[in-house]
Amino acid sequence: MTNRMTLRFVSLAENVGLARVAVAAVASQIAFSLQDIDEIKVAVSEAVSNAIIHGYQGRPDGWVEIQCDLDRTGLTISIEDWGVGIRDIELARQPAYSEDPERMGLGFVFMESFMHGLSVESTPGQGTRVEMRRLVTVSGELSRDAQ
Amino acid sequence: MTILHSVQGTRIVVAINGDLDLKTAGPLRDTLDTLIDRYPDKHLILDLAEVGFIDSSGLGVILGRYRRLGQNQRTLTLSGVKPSVRTVLDLAGILSIITVIESPARKEIQR
Repeated sequence: MTNRMTLRFVSLAENVGLARVAVAAVASQIAFSLQDIDEIKVAVSEAVSNAIIHGYQGRPDGWVEIQCDLDRTGLTISIEDWGVGIRDIELARQPAYSEDPERMGLGFVFMESFMHGLSVESTPGQGTRVEMRRLVTVSGELSRDAQ
Repeated sequence: MTILHSVQGTRIVVAINGDLDLKTAGPLRDTLDTLIDRYPDKHLILDLAEVGFIDSSGLGVILGRYRRLGQNQRTLTLSGVKPSVRTVLDLAGILSIITVIESPARKEIQR
């Protein structure tokens, strides 16, 4: 099967939960395990939190858009904001990099660990787009279909 | 998210119900800091038996409280951690620095 979803919401912390629940509902339509879906939810939560905290720097009126593309081999998720952008993507992706001592700088670590591919495009002053893909696996290995 | 607490001997037991993310991190941090300041000689146990989701925003609150308590030789312990939450704690390296006990501490609150 194939399925697609676009979800657009403003940059409020209340919408982080909305985003991960909506993506989980799409993911549950193919053969992901419950653990897979839990991990996808963490990755989505991190990407949307980054858009709100860093992209819009806490501003509540920016748009965040999520697109999901689902087929039987897996799920591709893109999360886009039109905020301040990232000046140095490589630096931002390093573990423990954070400008806030209360945050752990693990957002990209979780996205990379829980997904099977992550790309980040960003233009300072224009915004950021994160795309990540999770493949259906069997007992922790990539299924024949996915390969 | 709802937060219940009880003071038992040398420990503050805090039972959390709900997801720990960007929305709930601020209120949780404020509540825990209030309890830590109100009972300055007590250790802290966080019961996560009813927490089904945590991300780095929630982890930041836990690690931040662990560091605050450690400045005064006080400890933070986690209890009743669900497998989905344990995976995230493990990946963040928290399981190697914070003690986790299996049985939910919230039974002591409800008793």
